[in-house]
Amino acid sequence: MSNVAVRTSGRFRSGAGLGLVAWLAGIVFFLPIAWMTLTSFHSEADAATNPPSFAAALTLDGYREFFGAGGGASPWPSLINSLVASVASTLLVLVLSLPAAYALSIRPVKKWTDVLFFFLSTKMLPVVAGLLPIYLFAKNTDMLDNIWLLVILYTSMNLPIAVWMMQSFLAEVPVAIIEAARVDGAKLPTILTRVVAPIALPGIAATSLICFIFSWNELLFARVLTGVVAETAPVFLTGFITSQGLFLAKVCAASLVISLPVLAAGFAAQDKLVQGLSLGAVK
Amino acid sequence: MTATTTAPVAAPETRPAPRRPSPRLRAWATRAPLLPALIFMIAVTQLPFVATLVISFFDWNALYPDARSFAGLGNYQEVLTDEALRKSVWTTILLTVAVVLASLVLGLLLALLLDRKFRGRGLVRTLLIAPFLVVPVAAALLWKHVLYNPEYGLLNGLLHYVGGPQPDWISDTPLLAVEAALVWQWTPFMMLILLAGLQSRDQQQMEAARVDGASNWQIFRYLTLPHLRRYLELGALLGSIYIVQNFDAVFTITSGGLGTANLPYTVYQTFYQAHENGLASAAGVLVVIGSLVIATLALRVVSSLFREEASRA
Repeated sequence: MSNVAVRTSGRFRSGAGLGLVAWLAGIVFFLPIAWMTLTSFHSEADAATNPPSFAAALTLDGYREFFGAGGGASPWPSLINSLVASVASTLLVLVLSLPAAYALSIRPVKKWTDVLFFFLSTKMLPVVAGLLPIYLFAKNTDMLDNIWLLVILYTSMNLPIAVWMMQSFLAEVPVAIIEAARVDGAKLPTILTRVVAPIALPGIAATSLICFIFSWNELLFARVLTGVVAETAPVFLTGFITSQGLFLAKVCAASLVISLPVLAAGFAAQDKLVQGLSLGAVK
Repeated sequence: MTATTTAPVAAPETRPAPRRPSPRLRAWATRAPLLPALIFMIAVTQLPFVATLVISFFDWNALYPDARSFAGLGNYQEVLTDEALRKSVWTTILLTVAVVLASLVLGLLLALLLDRKFRGRGLVRTLLIAPFLVVPVAAALLWKHVLYNPEYGLLNGLLHYVGGPQPDWISDTPLLAVEAALVWQWTPFMMLILLAGLQSRDQQQMEAARVDGASNWQIFRYLTLPHLRRYLELGALLGSIYIVQNFDAVFTITSGGLGTANLPYTVYQTFYQAHENGLASAAGVLVVIGSLVIATLALRVVSSLFREEASRA
């Protein structure tokens, strides 16, 4: 141990300064979130002072206000809507993308790269490209303000990413192992559950978390296509756009609570986050 | 699926499956798992776009549904000559370029810092990723109310300590205010992609260069930067695709006011508030054409990385 330290001490010393810079950068980037967290535990009066009151007494009033104690609208329906839309669309994405990825990696169709790139190209189509017809369709079929419409749209939003990620994870399963299992007389379901699944499972989990994040965050579709019944959490947050007197602690509490699932999912998927965000191009 | 019951006589080395029943049946059996996803995507993304394209040729205000008439290229002419819409095209370009460039440069610096070993690297990485994991609307609210507020926002609070001025950030520099919030959220994204690029460098080559007496700057300039080129391109293009479409920050921080309305916001406003379906569609088609240019480049970069990945495997 000490031997290693001695040998690398020179490089460590030159790196220590830069390590400090890195720490500083990390703190600066995290500062708004730290401040938001602190403010959410302050009373409204302490939250709105200049200069800022760092050491003010802590209270849960902001959270009580957010959850409707002060007579405001309860956030629960919107949180439940977001949960339904995110979880259901993620499950649907899995059901559609896993077989597709199988046909693009383990037993590939001809011209499978072309198909893969078609999926990717649909991701490049901006949301506004189809927003109006989708709105008109929903209006004419009484699907406006229906959470299941969002489930369908979020599925289409995430499916290309999922197909790309799943493809890259399934492609990591060595063909030789699958062939060996087949020679040993294993049937397809056995091969999928015993051979493919264990290798691909971490990737599948990460993909699901990333799809969950994107669905949970989405605003434009939800804003246009939902109203009172199917309102999602981000739409609930837009209620805070105009100032309402002293409400900083409440805004911070709301932003934090609604971001918690994303923060949790994001840190859980940290290692595969890049791969998902770069559509599988970077490993 | 039926082929699995007939065990192949010789284990095939290549991927194409052994052709037993009828080739055509086999081909469809191979294709079948792909079809649900493919059909779903075409139905939900391609058809609405075709509809947008059709609507864009009509003079159609939803408040006067009976007055719908074919307008030819009239809507496009109106979009391209309308002062406000033209401005929103310019705003979109400005917003996208500024945010992508700034977050790319910051992301590169942070990735270089994180590429070295130091105590607590994992924790710093986590701190740096956090901004990307705040719900976009929540992040925009945080900047609008908690940081930018001229009376009790954190920025002016900190300026207060050093006796600095107390600007009204959003009113004074609205576009910059939106951009700063977006840069804060997107820098971690760039950092993650570039960090992956840095860590995929050929360590032996780097070591050899160092043994040959190359300075840190020379290694960065002649080895790291060329290797990173495609990761920089990828970050820039993917970032552009996401930020060209940005709606959340503009909607939340300025509600499209003070000259910050970008195209997605304008399209939203044109049909959701002004009910001008034809005009909104034409603007939407223009957004697609704009994205198409970026997307073509992005696809090229992704496919080159993809092929390199495949040849390495």
